Amino acid sequence: MPILIPMHYNVAADKMIAAVAAMAARMTTPAVAAVALCLGLAGLPAQADWREQVKLDSTLGTELRWFPQTGLQGQAASHWSANALFEWYWQSDDEKSSWVISPYLRFDAQDSERHLLDIRQAYWLQVGDGWEFKLGVDKVFWGVTESVHLVDIINQTDWVDAPDGESKFGQPLAQLTLSGDWGSLQSFVLPYFRERNYAGEDGRLRLPLPVWQDAAQYQSSAEQHHVDYALRYSRQIEQLDIALSYFDGTSREPVLQPVGLQGGTAGLIPYYRQLRQTGLELQYIVDSWIWKLEAVDQQYQHGSHQAAVAGFEYTSVGVLDSVFDLGWLAEYQYDSRGAQATTVAQRDLFVGWRLAFNDEAGSELLFGMVQDLQDGSSRNGVLEASMRLDNNIRVRLDAWWFHTNDPVQLTWWYRQDDFIQVGFDYFF
Amino acid sequence: MQLISRIAGTALLCALLPLSMPAMADDGGKGLTIAKERKVRDEGWKDSEGRTTMILRNAQGEESVREIRTLALEVANDGDKGLTIFDEPKDVRGTAFLNHSFVGKPDDQWLYLPSLKRVKRIASRNKSGPFMASEFAYEDLSSFELEKFKFTWLRDEPLNGTPMFVVEQVPNDPFSGYSKSIVWLDQKDYLPHKIEFYDRKSALLKTLTLTDYKLYLEKFWRPHTLKMVNHQTGKSTDLLLKEIQFGKGRTDADFDTNALQRSR
Repeated sequence: MPILIPMHYNVAADKMIAAVAAMAARMTTPAVAAVALCLGLAGLPAQADWREQVKLDSTLGTELRWFPQTGLQGQAASHWSANALFEWYWQSDDEKSSWVISPYLRFDAQDSERHLLDIRQAYWLQVGDGWEFKLGVDKVFWGVTESVHLVDIINQTDWVDAPDGESKFGQPLAQLTLSGDWGSLQSFVLPYFRERNYAGEDGRLRLPLPVWQDAAQYQSSAEQHHVDYALRYSRQIEQLDIALSYFDGTSREPVLQPVGLQGGTAGLIPYYRQLRQTGLELQYIVDSWIWKLEAVDQQYQHGSHQAAVAGFEYTSVGVLDSVFDLGWLAEYQYDSRGAQATTVAQRDLFVGWRLAFNDEAGSELLFGMVQDLQDGSSRNGVLEASMRLDNNIRVRLDAWWFHTNDPVQLTWWYRQDDFIQVGFDYFF
Repeated sequence: MQLISRIAGTALLCALLPLSMPAMADDGGKGLTIAKERKVRDEGWKDSEGRTTMILRNAQGEESVREIRTLALEVANDGDKGLTIFDEPKDVRGTAFLNHSFVGKPDDQWLYLPSLKRVKRIASRNKSGPFMASEFAYEDLSSFELEKFKFTWLRDEPLNGTPMFVVEQVPNDPFSGYSKSIVWLDQKDYLPHKIEFYDRKSALLKTLTLTDYKLYLEKFWRPHTLKMVNHQTGKSTDLLLKEIQFGKGRTDADFDTNALQRSR
């Protein structure tokens, strides 16, 4: 698999090679097969000049995270990482056929578990009258809310990338979408499962015990080769958007089982259960208000639970006679498991403000805070600010903080992991 | 507080509008007749696809450039559909904006965010905000529909030696950022050559000049240079149409949210 690795990084070559080797080991075989398939298919139209129609977009990024406190396990206070995203894209003249190949590469100077070589996208897409068919690896987003994404389930989360969980791994899939006046129906066959990643022992934002990802266990004997299915029907009725979804397959979120507590080396082994999830999305627009709801019912072999998030987004254009847009966000997060939930969103209230400066630099500011309504001491917050430095460079400043006095809370283990992050992205 | 004052402001505006009506010059329906003729002469273009460069200029004359592509679909007896794809600045490349405009109700609008692969429906009620930090508001770029305005012919006068109709347009939408606009339309082809926009306090806010008209399909004139000058801030934006093609046979399916996700 010839992946172009730009040597723009200021990294010792041997370190880089070792990192790349570690990343290559993580690549999934289906992803490679999909790439080969796409490359093969691309040759089929036998156009002499198809290569000239291939577009390449590249992004190089670097992030420096600074944690005011050392980690609970003595991890370093500053962490540096670099990443690269490439996207080759081709489309036929009639716009009916296209392919995309998009590898993503990440190197972390402190935590080798954050090294990654992922195929974010590598698919062939054919579009017809009222249908489209996609084969390969892609990212699919479902949902309407901002603070948590409950129904979104197709892709595994690139958990170590950012605490918001919005980074996703590419998912091998076959997708057929049918659409018409009656709405839109997406159906998926997902032949391969991607495991979630966790911070390593030298990484921050980790659990007290190391997660042994290589020892992952599965309810299904097919393990990672279990074939998952998913459906989503969506429809717009005037100002109302409604979507119903169903997923049958391997849960993207594992149960972490402690082992070796009685002796030997202690660690956590991820156990991936089979899940049947039904999801509902509602969105209703009234003037400058958008009302949102996401709800899921999750059925496992032993037990089930429900979760929901509901709230609004109100946008005020041109606040205080300026050109600024100010968005107000509030969402209530519910999980029927309460304190036993594996997420922090149990009975919590999220409030946030998004400020768009509408200036030449495209400056943006987002401040969000989640308060646990049952435990007054538990809250966490995020500040995200970014602006363009020139046509090709964007600078980001992010801050995260976590607070709780309750050892039952997941964020108890993050209590020394507040951090500030400066990131630069170069687009070319 | 902001919300309350906004609602109060809107209610006030609604209350004042009917009162101000009798004060308007009675032009015997001439303004509406001119606007209808303008609309009729631009009917039947079906679909278009263009490349546009936007040059933003601040009061100090410093420039920054944006590159966009726009697909448009004519919808008979209602607002048109549009798909705008951003190419530059590079950090927003791949971002796309889908608009279904309507008469008599708010547009349907969606934004496609390529990094998350997320289509996000957005509240469109207030279209007075700037488009890509330019001096063009979203409402300046929406399709011209008769139902959006009350028209009053003010006078005939020459502009750069060409005889023009001067028509006042008062927006029906209480969420518009303007109290009125004044349009100079040439008497031969009914094309706008200059538009003055007045803010909610009735002060002159911006002037748009439209030049370099070219004829397509022997019927449809399109301006290739649009200059918007903001008199209150000293900023300006040039919109330069680099290329436009008609009749690619596009349909509604090229302007739905599935197409938005595929847009490149």
